Amino acid sequence: MQGLNPFHRDQGAGGRPAPVRPAPARPAPVAPRTPRKDPAPSRLAYRLNRMMLRPLVRRLVHVGLPAFLAALVAGIWLSDDTRRANLTGGIDAIVDRIQHRDEFMVKMMTIEGASPVVDKGLRAMLPVELPASSFEIDLEKLRERVLKLDAVETVDLRIKPGGVLSAVVTERVPVVLWRHARGIELLDKTGHRVASVTSREVRGDLPIIAGEGADRAAPEALALIDAAGPILPRLRGLERMGERRWDVVLDHGQRIKLPEDKALQALERAIALNGALHMLDRDISVVDLRQEARPVVRLGLEAQNAIRQARGQPELGPDGTPLAPEATAGNAAKAKKKSG
Amino acid sequence: MKDLYQGQRAMRNMRRQAMQRGVIAVLDIGTSKIACLVLQFDGPSQFRETDGVGPMAGQSNFRVIGTATTRSRGMRYGEIETMAETERAIRTVIQSAQKVAGVRVDHVIACISGARPASYGLAGEIVLPAGKVGEGDVARVLAACEVPDFGRGREVLHAQPVNFALDGRSGLSDPRDQSGSRLACDMHVLTIDGDAASNLVHCIRRCDMELAGVASASYASGLAALVEDEQELGAACIDLGGGTTGVSVFIKKHMIFADAVRFGGELITQDIAKGLRVSHAVAERLKTLHGGLEATGRDDREMIELGGETGDWDTDRRAVSRADLIGIMRPRVEEILENVAGILDAAGFDSMPSRQIVLTGGGSQIPGLDVLASRMLGQNVRIGRPLRIQGLPHNATAPGFSSAIGLALLTAHPQDEWWDFDMPTEHYPARSLRRAYRWFRNNW
Repeated sequence: MQGLNPFHRDQGAGGRPAPVRPAPARPAPVAPRTPRKDPAPSRLAYRLNRMMLRPLVRRLVHVGLPAFLAALVAGIWLSDDTRRANLTGGIDAIVDRIQHRDEFMVKMMTIEGASPVVDKGLRAMLPVELPASSFEIDLEKLRERVLKLDAVETVDLRIKPGGVLSAVVTERVPVVLWRHARGIELLDKTGHRVASVTSREVRGDLPIIAGEGADRAAPEALALIDAAGPILPRLRGLERMGERRWDVVLDHGQRIKLPEDKALQALERAIALNGALHMLDRDISVVDLRQEARPVVRLGLEAQNAIRQARGQPELGPDGTPLAPEATAGNAAKAKKKSG
Repeated sequence: MKDLYQGQRAMRNMRRQAMQRGVIAVLDIGTSKIACLVLQFDGPSQFRETDGVGPMAGQSNFRVIGTATTRSRGMRYGEIETMAETERAIRTVIQSAQKVAGVRVDHVIACISGARPASYGLAGEIVLPAGKVGEGDVARVLAACEVPDFGRGREVLHAQPVNFALDGRSGLSDPRDQSGSRLACDMHVLTIDGDAASNLVHCIRRCDMELAGVASASYASGLAALVEDEQELGAACIDLGGGTTGVSVFIKKHMIFADAVRFGGELITQDIAKGLRVSHAVAERLKTLHGGLEATGRDDREMIELGGETGDWDTDRRAVSRADLIGIMRPRVEEILENVAGILDAAGFDSMPSRQIVLTGGGSQIPGLDVLASRMLGQNVRIGRPLRIQGLPHNATAPGFSSAIGLALLTAHPQDEWWDFDMPTEHYPARSLRRAYRWFRNNW
């Protein structure tokens, strides 16, 4: 190439070498700049963005969708029987472990104020074997069950620190015996049943009442018995008549029929009559005080016959019908024989 | 004009619906930027009497809950040039305004700055048979206005009753229930290019928004930049925008004239870019940071580094004096103002009682503009910033936002337009009877 240069021709074949020229400083090649991204949202993005600004859609996406997904995952996971059993087993185990911690265990039961029978019954009522967790003992339910025992008036159940189930029992005190068609029962002062007895001799110290519905009127009966005072030694008991009123039954088959209301006053009146007239020492079978204004007395058979004899009338038999005269004599003879 | 009437009425109904919902967006589609304000209408109960805030022409009813601005794309001279680009820009600005506001906006009120606006003053007169102006008479007199030929493809943007006269008593703003025998009215009609308007409507529809109203940008910026006295006594608002310079003339609180020059700030930038052989972005930076219109001796010594990224060291390290920059900008601004002066002359601005001129828009921030404008347009010139509205962030209080803010004010307190009045009813039955007749004839 240098041979072509006319300026070098006359400088000989060797020629002068071309001077070393530094390459001119060119600007460093600028990397093509990546075009800036279009700041405008695409139509789809714009529409989605606007849709998301609807309150309903927004709530659906922010709340509904996660809730649905959670429910879906939980449902799928729980659809397997084994996993479900594992889960419930695990939860049960945790609950069990917490409930059976030493702090929650009830180890013994103390009962105060109960007779041995009630004590035994109460212990039998406890739904679980001790020691047991206090979570398993439902005190309210247990209390209700204990109160169903007739002998228990109140019970105070509590779990004391140290794992003690304490029961403070107040028993009912029997004050009266009640004889009825199905046997004899002990009643307390409110008329509530305490226990059954086999015979009257078990509690000979208690007065006795009888008749249907006598238990419901037991407080009145007790008041009557308290008021009996002077005739108490002769009192055999009280009988409820027609679930309505009381009869005071004395020995020798005597009876004082009391009215339905103001029975106490009527009895006091009868006692006063007795004190003044010794009425009950005579041959009187029934004193009827049912009508306050008109007390009625029924004479005994002996007294009636004595009056009839004195009048010359035929005597009355035990059934209340007049006897023929001979029969009367025969009867008298028989009676004499019997007594002799 | 029936279709237009129906269309504008539909937009009015849309606007009423939006006000009931409480959220509406205003969109200022300019040549250099697109601004979107999301307005929340809380109603007048927001302030108590004791707060000292009155109704303030509806301005206390709303607050701005979201603002967004983006660079405009696909616009030229205030008209849509590339639909897809403009649509993208609108999507961007609406999405970011929604993000700021945190609510979905479905209704938008837009303003259009270019599209060759033309103002017409219409006059109509009717005889009042009742001797008294009734509700229907106002609509009748508006319908009786002599409509000139607007030209092909023109759409009416505003048709506002400006003045009512009753038997020679002129200057009535509300003639209802007054007695008289002849009612006359003056109506100001602003028409724009129909294609530009339908492009705008189409663009907004494509963004899934309902158009609840269209207004002229020059009108809107006049509403925001002029104070109440200026609107009452007569003033012109000159909105120096990016692609167009809007002019609107107000008197007695009504716009009586609006026009736009198809010159704007973009042209100044282009001049700088051509004159100094720099890129458009650099020219824009030079204009906004160092631009001016009045050269002083000091400006000769103030050298401005042009900068640039051409890769050529010599080119990128050039510096020009500020006086050079001013020398490029000033002729262009003078040209714009000359055009504005021509428009004002055509509008008969000289005969107005108070010849106040208010400069607003992004271009009004050029230092020295008020001096130049007062030399060229008249003595009463001031730079107007838009009215302050509640909730507006500080960066949106610049003069460049005056048309967006004016649009918000117009939304809160709309001007009566021709289509707000019920059309005289005699037109309807004939038309529907004819339609029924045609239907019968076609079907039997």
